[in-house]
Amino acid sequence: MAKFEKANSVEEWLDQRLAINKVKKVMAYEYWIPKDINFLWAMGMILAMTFGVLTISGIFLLMYYKPDVNLAFDSVNYTIMSEVGYGWLWRHMHGVAASLVFLIIYIHMFTGIYYGSYKKGREMIWLSGMLLFVTFSAEAFSGYMLPWGQMSYWAGMVITNLFSAGSLELNGLVEWIRGDYVPGDAFLTRFFMLHVLLLPLVIMGVIGLHFASLRIPHVNNQEGEDFDFDEEAEKYKAGKKKESKVIPFQPVFLSKDVFVMGVFMIFYFYLVFYHYQFALDPVNFDPADGLKTPAHIYPEWYFLWSYEILRPFSKDIGLVAFGFAQVAFFLLPFLDKSPNTKPAHKRGKAFVAWFWIMIVDMIVLTVMGKVPPVSPFNEIGLVAALVFIGLFVALPIITKKEKAV
Amino acid sequence: MREFKILAVVVFFSLVTYWGVEPFAHSQMHKHVEGDNFQYSDLEDSGKVGDAQRGANTFMSAGCIGCHSVESQGMAAPMDPVMAAGAYGVNPPDLSTAGALYDEKFLAELIKNPAHALNVEHKFDPAKGKVHPMPGFYGLGGDRDQEVADIVAYLKSIAPAEVEPKQAFQDACGRCHEMRYADWTQIGETPKFDSKQESLKHQLKVANYQDKLKDYMGKTPPDLSMMIRSRSEHFLSTFIEDPQSQLPGTSMPRVGLTEEGKDKVLAYMTEIGDPSKEKREAVGPWVIGFFVLFTILAYFWKKSMWRDLH
Repeated sequence: MAKFEKANSVEEWLDQRLAINKVKKVMAYEYWIPKDINFLWAMGMILAMTFGVLTISGIFLLMYYKPDVNLAFDSVNYTIMSEVGYGWLWRHMHGVAASLVFLIIYIHMFTGIYYGSYKKGREMIWLSGMLLFVTFSAEAFSGYMLPWGQMSYWAGMVITNLFSAGSLELNGLVEWIRGDYVPGDAFLTRFFMLHVLLLPLVIMGVIGLHFASLRIPHVNNQEGEDFDFDEEAEKYKAGKKKESKVIPFQPVFLSKDVFVMGVFMIFYFYLVFYHYQFALDPVNFDPADGLKTPAHIYPEWYFLWSYEILRPFSKDIGLVAFGFAQVAFFLLPFLDKSPNTKPAHKRGKAFVAWFWIMIVDMIVLTVMGKVPPVSPFNEIGLVAALVFIGLFVALPIITKKEKAV
Repeated sequence: MREFKILAVVVFFSLVTYWGVEPFAHSQMHKHVEGDNFQYSDLEDSGKVGDAQRGANTFMSAGCIGCHSVESQGMAAPMDPVMAAGAYGVNPPDLSTAGALYDEKFLAELIKNPAHALNVEHKFDPAKGKVHPMPGFYGLGGDRDQEVADIVAYLKSIAPAEVEPKQAFQDACGRCHEMRYADWTQIGETPKFDSKQESLKHQLKVANYQDKLKDYMGKTPPDLSMMIRSRSEHFLSTFIEDPQSQLPGTSMPRVGLTEEGKDKVLAYMTEIGDPSKEKREAVGPWVIGFFVLFTILAYFWKKSMWRDLH
């Protein structure tokens, strides 16, 4: 057993037992971040905070929510919205944060792609991030079931149907997932469990992995500059702060993050109080009715692009394309054959074009995924879906030709 | 400067996406219906000026109270709601507030030709042997338009000057639609019962009424508790003005509300379905104000932290 001396303060007492000073040093005061960054580098902390907001608002909602097909709708729309003090606020905060978290995830992802932050030792950052994207998607979908409105029911029906795998007609699998022939009580209670227990646990675990994956390759910087972090850290510690290319996480990096968070919170609460409709679909304020299909069934905006990759094709091809869309971004570090870890504008015209075409194409897919499937939207959607697939096929070719800079 | 350029790019693409999935997509999903500003311009105006006193007599002679109650004038309903629904499909309305809630032209046409005023001629076609349960008024032998104008004048004379939103909703919508978040069923507000037997008896009455209503309408009309959030205000306005404009073929009749009457109905639906509206508007500025202050302080913190870095 280690030798313990009498501690003179609580801090010292804790330090003897938990080495809190070492932890603080490693995790915060001497966790080094590049200095040459812009506000896009704050998206990670914004995501962490938004996840916190979702967790806290979720806990409050959980106190009154009832996972039962006969009670769920009213527990949300009457009990929480009318009877519980500030229940409406927690619900609007939860709904808007769930939508915004995806906006920030997409910004975070495309920041990573633009600056090449998935390359050369940073593959695990990218892969764990994509894993978070997938678990957040599952979390969003399962949460969307809970108010048991028309869109909960019908989106649940459509998405679980995908597991029949087209012509393979794996109806048994679909029934097994639903716990019933159609979405019902068993369906609702299992998605409730996933939403409030299993998936949040997985998310927390993967967030830990995502943070850990940053340790060895370090955070990328605005110019893709490769430098020795230990050397730069020594300079900083020696007081040569101007010269050093790094800053400590706490308090320097965090001070910038907190400012960006403040700006984000103003925007977020503006949406919560005055502009929440985009996140709380009106159709879901009609109670679930298995005998009445809504005129338009569409997922939330953040799933629309992949939904549109499914929609314009015939059943089986659509499913294959959809499956491809789900894994395509995982493959990015391995499809990008470029020797450069540089921001897109330094990598030559081909990759810059690839990046912006990808952004525009994803937006086109997103919009086409929501509008009714009629001409010319069908044709635009089909072209956009083919472009999406084409971009991933073209990526190894254009990046292989890239000259080292 | 560079940060602002990046921010502009991020904001631009976010707004384009927002525009695409919200205003643009919704404009493609819902057909645009122009309202008629509650003018009921398809209905004729006879131009006759009614006399309320004469109207009171005409009203009695025309036999209106054979089916309708006018409780404010001490005229009780001839049947209870369940029995009335059995006879007519739906409980005929009490006419105490009709003069205040409904358009004059609409009332006149309703008295003369109910199926036409209610816009349900697709459902009630005498040629196919289907007549509207309310018979048209054929007149007492004089000038029918004058007699109708007199009845309308009478209804307006007995109507209260101000109808509360709740009353407007109950009178205009409540005989077909439930509003469970306000304890409202088609046969009235659900009272508190002392015994389970009484409560079950009441539930049975409601179920019996709804059964008749379902036979009459083709399906049970939806509960309106959350309609204010599941439909846009524009949809509700144009739908109330003329259900056929938004849902061609629906068996819901045009109810003939004046614009003011419609506003009251929507106000009540907001009170029940979106009760946090006022609180949102009251709390919003404080929360946003807090974060503006927070952000200003954070900005100075950041400035001080980064001062000696460049």
